[in-house]
Amino acid sequence: MCGAPEQTAEIPAGVDLTKESVLVGKVTNGGSPVGGAYVRLLDGTGEFTAEVVSSATGDYRFFAAPGSWTVRALSRSGNGQADVAVQGPGLYTTEVPVG
Amino acid sequence: MSRQDALVTADWAEENLDANGVVFVEVDEDTSAYDGGHIPGAVKIDWRTELQDQVRRDFVDKAGFEKLLSSKGISNDDTVVLYGGNNNWFAAYAYWYFKLYGHTAVKLLDGGRKKWELDGRKLDTAVPERPQTTYTAQEQDLSIRAFRDEVVDAIGSKNLVDVRSPDEFSGKLLAPAHLPQEQAQRGGHIPGALNVPWSKAANEDGTFKSDDELRKLYEAEGLDSSRSTIAYCRIGERSSHSWFALHELLGESDVKNYDGSWTEYGSLIGVPVELGDGKS
Repeated sequence: MCGAPEQTAEIPAGVDLTKESVLVGKVTNGGSPVGGAYVRLLDGTGEFTAEVVSSATGDYRFFAAPGSWTVRALSRSGNGQADVAVQGPGLYTTEVPVG
Repeated sequence: MSRQDALVTADWAEENLDANGVVFVEVDEDTSAYDGGHIPGAVKIDWRTELQDQVRRDFVDKAGFEKLLSSKGISNDDTVVLYGGNNNWFAAYAYWYFKLYGHTAVKLLDGGRKKWELDGRKLDTAVPERPQTTYTAQEQDLSIRAFRDEVVDAIGSKNLVDVRSPDEFSGKLLAPAHLPQEQAQRGGHIPGALNVPWSKAANEDGTFKSDDELRKLYEAEGLDSSRSTIAYCRIGERSSHSWFALHELLGESDVKNYDGSWTEYGSLIGVPVELGDGKS
């Protein structure tokens, strides 16, 4: 169904990193994790693709096709973004500082 | 219908938290979000267990909806203000659903839970006790709900608006990018459908774009206002959001939501499916 799974640092069982590209990381402010941030995945043209809420530990996770992506976070303590280039299947870890 | 009838701002909501005859209802994709804190006084409706039939793939019937609203303490003459997370996807779905069963005064909180939280407005964990009512629903208003045969017949004659992301539309993905790709049905879209992702109708903070921006958006994407329109997505919730923009905000007259959406259409045997971005 459509419920976004809980955002955790661990990859859920059944995800095959030899077949899927998974973008993960933490939203941070001054190095501390920011939970409850709205994390948006934007495609290479800046168009919205998906959104999750970061966990209490600041973690987010997306599944994405190869290409250029921007991970943008909105939070009460400010906004920020980081770019990720996905070349193929695997795990891509990117921190997104806000403030 | 107009923006004033269908949408309320967070400021309005805050001023009317205790107003008589106004009931706030949270409907969330993440059905546990309410428990961690909600708009003070709001009740919760679980879209998965309370709005869906638990055996067949369909909605609860009229009697089921009456029972649900009665148990939530909602009366026929209450103004229901819906809000939720994920840019109001499921709140918009519930809005459409309330309209389907004929509730007159229903509104969507612009920006939903996201704007409320980013604004730093108050959240509460207390669950309100509302006395049981005797709610009476109408028969489903099928002028706003499309079924599969009608969708197949609409190819080439009505606007079909596919509001999923471009990668889902082209057939590269079967679900939004934040969800595991577990579905088994075919990827692609209904031939001739326009791809106008729901997100283009919303601002970053989850509020709807202005009427002018919305009108320009759908015109630029090729929507023919002289034709009827059917919106669809994967399971019918994102398309409720676009249905809301087209029917409730822009006042387009004949707009239906196809709640079977891609999980139904993409599993049908023998129907035409198109791949690619639809622009070549």
